Amino acid sequence: MSTIASHIHGTRAAAPTWRRATEEPAWVRRLLIGIALGFLSLFLVLPLTVVLYGAFEQGLQVWYAAITEPDAQAAIRLTLLVVAIVVPINLVFGVMAAWAIAKFEFRGKSVLITLIDLPFAISPVVVGLIFVILLGSQGWLGPWLAEHDLRVIFAVPGIIIVIAFGTMPFVARELIPLMQQQGKEEEESSLTLGANGWQTFWRVTLPNIKWGVIYGVILCNARAMGEFGAVAVVSGRIRGETNTMPLHIEVLYNEYLFTAAFAVSSLLAGLAIVTIAVKSLVDWRDERQRHQAAA
Amino acid sequence: MSIEIEHVNKRFGHFVAVDDVTLSLPEGQLTALLGPSGSGKTSLLRIIAGLEFPDSGRIRFHGEDATDVHVSRRGVGFVFQHYALFKHMTVFDNVAYGLTVQPRRLRPSKAEIRNRVTRLLELVQLDWTANRLPAQLSGGQRQRIALARALAVEPKVLLLDEPFGALDAKVRAELRRWLRRLHDEIHLTSVFVTHDQEEALEVSDRIVVMNQGRVEQEGTPEEVYDHPANPFVFSFLGQVNLFHARVQDGQARIGDLALPTAATGDQPEGHGLAYVRPHDIEILADDSAQGALAAVVEGITVVGPTARLELKVAGARDLIHAELPKSRLRSLGLSQGSNTWVRPLNGRVFVEPGRTPADPESVGM
Repeated sequence: MSTIASHIHGTRAAAPTWRRATEEPAWVRRLLIGIALGFLSLFLVLPLTVVLYGAFEQGLQVWYAAITEPDAQAAIRLTLLVVAIVVPINLVFGVMAAWAIAKFEFRGKSVLITLIDLPFAISPVVVGLIFVILLGSQGWLGPWLAEHDLRVIFAVPGIIIVIAFGTMPFVARELIPLMQQQGKEEEESSLTLGANGWQTFWRVTLPNIKWGVIYGVILCNARAMGEFGAVAVVSGRIRGETNTMPLHIEVLYNEYLFTAAFAVSSLLAGLAIVTIAVKSLVDWRDERQRHQAAA
Repeated sequence: MSIEIEHVNKRFGHFVAVDDVTLSLPEGQLTALLGPSGSGKTSLLRIIAGLEFPDSGRIRFHGEDATDVHVSRRGVGFVFQHYALFKHMTVFDNVAYGLTVQPRRLRPSKAEIRNRVTRLLELVQLDWTANRLPAQLSGGQRQRIALARALAVEPKVLLLDEPFGALDAKVRAELRRWLRRLHDEIHLTSVFVTHDQEEALEVSDRIVVMNQGRVEQEGTPEEVYDHPANPFVFSFLGQVNLFHARVQDGQARIGDLALPTAATGDQPEGHGLAYVRPHDIEILADDSAQGALAAVVEGITVVGPTARLELKVAGARDLIHAELPKSRLRSLGLSQGSNTWVRPLNGRVFVEPGRTPADPESVGM
């Protein structure tokens, strides 16, 4: 046994000169990494730097004034409100749809899958128009809504509806392949052990799809904050009332208030960076727990 | 707890998975459901567990109708081919799972759960893995944990779906002997599905041979192996050589050879097929024995102490397979291309209905 082991070690020591079949020569590797890094800097790091530079160009006070100005505050509040409503709705819907599609066989399954993709296929502006036609004062449901004194279009409910529609696929799309690949054996074994459906979902299904859910929520969140086209159509762009952050940025930009526009942009970018940081933190803690469990 | 299966049917679309199966699985025994893939054995097991519902028919546990009882209330332990351990839980939490999901008033105390899990892990000889994750264990260890987990809820019956199917040959052999010993200790009514006849013969008290959703035969391993009910069972339980035979006066004749077969008495006359196992083919050095057939050695494979010969018999289409001890091969002095004589010693003849006596010289098929 020991002779075999030492023999293996011997071969290992001689190994560094060998190359795996899939390994490329050093210059190819360097070139590919260089291109990837160059591309990233050009299209990701550079714009982010420009935004931050523009935001803080005239000092911290100007930046602070731009984001504490009442209209900006209203836009930030509205955006956070929309996210707080839309993300949970799409989270529940996405998990339910993925569960149904991955774990059950039923008629009309392929139609459901296609329908979930629909919001991605339609241009946001068209989405906005659809809801204006449907819910606007001249629209199909408009008179009924007016009778009951409900304002949807050019008001907050309309914004929530179009953003919820546009971000619907994120969680479901992330989870369907994951859940299909995981199959249903773990759920079945949970049931044979006496657990009910609810216990099985919380204790077996959800931990297994946790990462998919988190990725889905992050994407959904980012898009809900950034959604522009559909909101622009249905919100009516009332300053301080129905302007979300992206709309507010556009207004500022059109008024040549570049520093203010960049300041609010930096906030939006900052929120995105925070979500990614949170994701990495959760990722890291989970990994550490796993290692501790293993030790 | 005995299991009675009464006229159970199950279809998936147009595919008939289980076709009017009636079976009684006696209490405390280890029964193998044996069959090729698509024979309906796994579907039947899942119906017993309550993971599938039969289109018609009843399942009774000890006389009590369980057909409409939900899987979580049925009290079955189920072991899956690919273990189905909860990946995100430690081994301890996996085994404890069935206890921790019980309603609060029935749930054992934390200390009691700890005790029971530890005892079960000792039973499967893996108590040192309690804090590991399933991914850190080997396949055989994972399957033993899956078994401990299934036993934790003290099931009335234990159902195993190809429990050794995903393991390599050596581990599989060890684990099935271990399962047999475990069953002798705990005497739980158990059913396991397998497509491996050797596994079924070695491990089980009873074998149920299934094919195309139907039960072909049931009995003890000896009964099924020594007295196969039909050609399917005969050929599924091991390698087989086929000889065309003429059946007359309760005897099967292959050429000049009268085959001394146990069950020819009740055979009607006509054309039959003789099924002969490779170890029932006698290899002769000369043609002195009556009815020996001339053959040429086409190939020799030596596997451990056994030699396997492939022989070409004149006039036959297929090669004949024979098995003999390596020492016998040596004393015969056979090598590839040698001329020799073969004689079926024992076999089973099944008459093909509606066929007249065929050309007596045609041998093999």
